[in-house]
Amino acid sequence: MSDRKEWPLWEVFLRSKAGLDHKHCGSLHAADGAMALQMARDVYTRRQEGVSIWVVRADQIVASAPDDKAALFDPMADKIYRHPTFYELPDEVNHM
Amino acid sequence: MYTQAMDLPNPDGSPSLASVDSEAREAAFNDRAGRGEIVEARDWMPEAYRKTLVRQISQHAHSEIVGMLPEGNWVTRAPSLKRKTILLAKIQDEGGHGLYLYAAAETLGVSRDELLNALHTGKAKYSSIFNYPTLTWADIGVIGWLVDGAAIMNQVPLCRCSYGPYARAMVRICKEESFHQRQGFDLLLTMAKGTDAQRAMVQDAVNRWWWPVLMMFGPHDKDSQNSELSMKWGIKRITNDELRQQFVDATIPQGELLGVTFPDPELRWNEARGHYDFGPIDWTEFWNVVNGHGPLNRERLAARVAAWDEGAWVREAALAHAAKQAARERAAA
Repeated sequence: MSDRKEWPLWEVFLRSKAGLDHKHCGSLHAADGAMALQMARDVYTRRQEGVSIWVVRADQIVASAPDDKAALFDPMADKIYRHPTFYELPDEVNHM
Repeated sequence: MYTQAMDLPNPDGSPSLASVDSEAREAAFNDRAGRGEIVEARDWMPEAYRKTLVRQISQHAHSEIVGMLPEGNWVTRAPSLKRKTILLAKIQDEGGHGLYLYAAAETLGVSRDELLNALHTGKAKYSSIFNYPTLTWADIGVIGWLVDGAAIMNQVPLCRCSYGPYARAMVRICKEESFHQRQGFDLLLTMAKGTDAQRAMVQDAVNRWWWPVLMMFGPHDKDSQNSELSMKWGIKRITNDELRQQFVDATIPQGELLGVTFPDPELRWNEARGHYDFGPIDWTEFWNVVNGHGPLNRERLAARVAAWDEGAWVREAALAHAAKQAARERAAA
């Protein structure tokens, strides 16, 4: 059955309410963008989960490789001075 | 459960879980999974872990969409508009659950068409429960109460499964599944307050579904192939027998509320164990249904294949339309 042509894969992102970021919620197959939006609406917002939808062709996403995880993210582990809790201030300046 | 055929030997002759070779990488992976760390789609994973997940998630997905068929049988005969809209919403949910799960399986490098082809050619399994007929309206209530109730028992621990995409799909599914069970119980409660004939219909449905529902949890732990490694890998968290006991303990008091009995003379509360005891399961029937000889195996599969074949022209036309639109846009640019 390898002669069958599949509809391309799309990733779906939902904004659950105004003021919040779009967040990845799942995937689906659709022939084009309009159909992907329609189907995302049917599948992922059946209980008012969203007020706005993005669909992105999965093959258009550029992602970091799992094997690069250490090289990319470990260097930040010892930069604790980037966090506010690194600084011990006198009690008199509380809430800074 | 929906993936009870996971307890069968691997049909494609792929390496059995017991013969997994033990490289250092694999040992490290097992450690991580054992500590409850989550594995994501593109992370390295042992081939046996990947294959186990593809089998389990796809069996689960197939069960969701085949599960639409017994309920679809009653859409046109629902007793009121209210019940019809509820039933339609539930069936639509099952289709959505199938989609979430197929998408999770696809993150493991298998295509949707390969998965569906395995279902359509009988290579892949789905839950034995959907090979039983829905003879009366009470069956729709019993499917919600007992079948979906059993599914929830099994699916809640899967929300903590070690494979991230599967766990996230299960979180979404469990949120929606609760409505399925409650609407079923509500339907039965309504019938229980009705006429003698309606009460008899509820009792008859419980009599027919009780044992097949207990079979949904799969073979006894001692007869379950593959269970041990699945537990070690954090794919499975609670054993078949433990889940079955949890289900029986939760369900019997609910049955008392409905005023129904269960077709098991050995069913009784065991004070010492703090659980209900129940009689032996007819495993011959279970294996018959799993191996394709249940009341409706052929009809269910034929319905799925027909739906796929009859939809082929739609899939092709949509692709052709998309290609034409894209060509027009390129020309205009």
